[in-house]
Amino acid sequence: MRRFRTAAAAALTTALTAALASGCGGGTTTDGAGSNDKPKELTYWATNQASSLQEDKKILKPELAKFEKQTGIKVKLEVIPWSSLLDRILAAASSGQGPDVLNIGNTWSSSLQKSDALLPFDDKNMAKIGGENRFSPSALAATGAEGKPPAAVPLYSLTYALYYNKKMFRQAGIDEPPKTWQELVAAGKKLTGDGHYGLALEAGDPVENAHHAFVFGKQHGADFFDASGKATFDKPGNVKAVKQYVDFLAQDRISAKGNAEYAARQSVRDFAKGKAGMLLWQAARSQLLGNGMKPDDYGVAPVPVQSASDTGDRGTTSMVAGINLAVLKNTDNIDGALKFVKFMTSNAEQHKLNTTYGSLSPVRAAQKAAPRDKDEKVMRAVLADSAAPLPQVPDESKFETLVGTAMKELFAQAAAGQKVTTESVRERLAKAQQQMRK
Amino acid sequence: MTRGDRRSTAAPAPDPAASAVPPPAPAGAAKDAPRDAPASPGHAPAPPTPSPPSAGRGTSALRDRVRHAGLPYLLLVPALVLELLVHIVPMITGITMAFRDLTQEYIRNWGAAPWAGLDNFHIAVDVNAPVGEALLRSFAITCAFTVLAVGLAWLLGATAAILMQDTFRGRGLLRALFLTPYALPVYAAVITWSFLLQRDNGLVNHVLHDQLGLTDAPPFWLVGDNSFFSLVVVSVWRTWPFAFLMLTAALQNIPRDVYEASAIDGAGMWRQIRHITLPALRPVNQVLVLVLFLWTFNDFNVPFVLFGKSAPESADLISLHIYQSSFATWDFGAGSAMSVLLLLFLLLVTAAYLLLTRERAPRATRSCGTRRRKRAHV
Repeated sequence: MRRFRTAAAAALTTALTAALASGCGGGTTTDGAGSNDKPKELTYWATNQASSLQEDKKILKPELAKFEKQTGIKVKLEVIPWSSLLDRILAAASSGQGPDVLNIGNTWSSSLQKSDALLPFDDKNMAKIGGENRFSPSALAATGAEGKPPAAVPLYSLTYALYYNKKMFRQAGIDEPPKTWQELVAAGKKLTGDGHYGLALEAGDPVENAHHAFVFGKQHGADFFDASGKATFDKPGNVKAVKQYVDFLAQDRISAKGNAEYAARQSVRDFAKGKAGMLLWQAARSQLLGNGMKPDDYGVAPVPVQSASDTGDRGTTSMVAGINLAVLKNTDNIDGALKFVKFMTSNAEQHKLNTTYGSLSPVRAAQKAAPRDKDEKVMRAVLADSAAPLPQVPDESKFETLVGTAMKELFAQAAAGQKVTTESVRERLAKAQQQMRK
Repeated sequence: MTRGDRRSTAAPAPDPAASAVPPPAPAGAAKDAPRDAPASPGHAPAPPTPSPPSAGRGTSALRDRVRHAGLPYLLLVPALVLELLVHIVPMITGITMAFRDLTQEYIRNWGAAPWAGLDNFHIAVDVNAPVGEALLRSFAITCAFTVLAVGLAWLLGATAAILMQDTFRGRGLLRALFLTPYALPVYAAVITWSFLLQRDNGLVNHVLHDQLGLTDAPPFWLVGDNSFFSLVVVSVWRTWPFAFLMLTAALQNIPRDVYEASAIDGAGMWRQIRHITLPALRPVNQVLVLVLFLWTFNDFNVPFVLFGKSAPESADLISLHIYQSSFATWDFGAGSAMSVLLLLFLLLVTAAYLLLTRERAPRATRSCGTRRRKRAHV
């Protein structure tokens, strides 16, 4: 009996520690000051931009070799999958163990800025990498809270665009891509039927949902945070925004019910295979090609707006999406890290990497070259004229999680045949907002 | 423990016996004696370090006693240090975090996070506020899920183990087949389930809807209310082989003649199961159910792989809920407070369970059950 109890106790402790281990990295206190103790090496965490981690390594390795040749600094590369990136960054920030230079999703910039783990690009550091005038202002706006030195610099920029299937449009008698949501719904209804649908949605993915909620919110003149950084999820404009997006599936029925559980890029596949005629996506080119759809088969247009005459905030058609490059504050090689940032944002590297990844360069000089394809042409115009950064507040990541998840639930309800009303949307958003306790 | 260690612990044991009874060595020692004897005269004056059994003879009784008493503790030190590092320290850190207002602002320096007192706990248990309400709902779902999943896993495991008690052709093959889910890596297995359960292209709906026509419209399994049942099915599929394995092993210990005797007395299969098999399995079941309960209640992998970071409301298990409340929203204090509450709950349940099952033990002791337990304790 005694032995059994010990075994049970051991099992219990193990199980509980597992539950408790919410980031018990050790809680080391780091003084924060970086140094130049190891001037000959750097560790770089890259995000997964290509179709696989291997592919990313293949693309980046030659560039890192170039950097080593120029500066004598050896860069150790690790490509981190998106699913674990945030956890890894938090662990690195809390333990002080981790990379010197890393890619972050630009929407996390101000959340991470508040953690004080990233080296601020103040005037001195900015000068070392060529000055902030090198970057396009809209991309630079998504690098941290206003009025503070940026926590990172933009590396790759992206925007949403409307992709449409040319052949399906022709067959349905639609001459040009929709410019307003009303036109989009009308076109969608023409395309829907016989197992085909108007619009493919990644409705089971909270992050995608939250991005769209943001754009629709802007178009309705609302924001998910007020000027002081307080959440305003259930404002009438935001309720309208979320409802309008969910209604593509719930009321307009131009999206397949099955979309409610899409969270692994199935919407891209559906569009590429001709199951849906339209798709709202960022730089879909390589992913569509991977699913067998050639660039000639689809057109690219800016995301529609409420009314063709909308301008300013109401004319927003995309968030400023993209990847930023940051330096961890307690790096052992500050000078080397900044050299590396300068190298990665140099005209030549920007041109090369953004071309390979199908993204836009946030560096002004690199934007001067002729656009390489129609994706880039549309994205450039959107980034210049009608893209807005997601709220640069410390709670931004909570917004993505809470509002995105609420929308996922609404989609699930709609797909199961339950009614989605203004009131039910408002309730959901209010509940999400109440979870933002601070 | 290495071989050398074991030798050093074992070495002092024959020591007193040897010194107390010098000439007539016991049968066991006699074998060793001739081998050691010729060696000792040659080595006697040289190094005193390698102390074979005979070396202890000259030392004082006090030193001997100290060595005897201290050695076990010395040997425990590495285990103790590791236990501290791996279990106790992280646990205490986690508990401390629960009393702090720890957000991303302080992850670089946890010590700077302001003390929050019982605020985090207050928010977690305030069931009238949204955070507490959500936690309570998640807790209720987890309880229902655990009862269902553990019950079904045990039932399946026990049934299969009893049915496979008798030898028949292909038994080994079937056993291996049954154990496969347990041997598969969680991620690979559960991701396969998530493909099977997809609404439009999944095999489950293909069979239920397309082929059998049981439903009017293909149902969702990964979002909405049905996801609870998907989770139960996948969890049972993952854990029942473990129950099967444990019970199969336990059944090997029940002597066949007990069954034969009862059969002669006219007992049928049900009676045999009720009066022989189940009482004999009791000690194993006690551990098995507890372990299954703890695993299932705390399960993170299965819901995480099946549903991703945000589980549908009807399948919002507590471990995933806590993960969401701390990692996804960067509020580690609240997450830790919830973890501590979970810890207290599980401790309570385990203690109550052990207490209850122990009290009933003497009454239930019968025939082979007692015999087995006695044997286990000598």
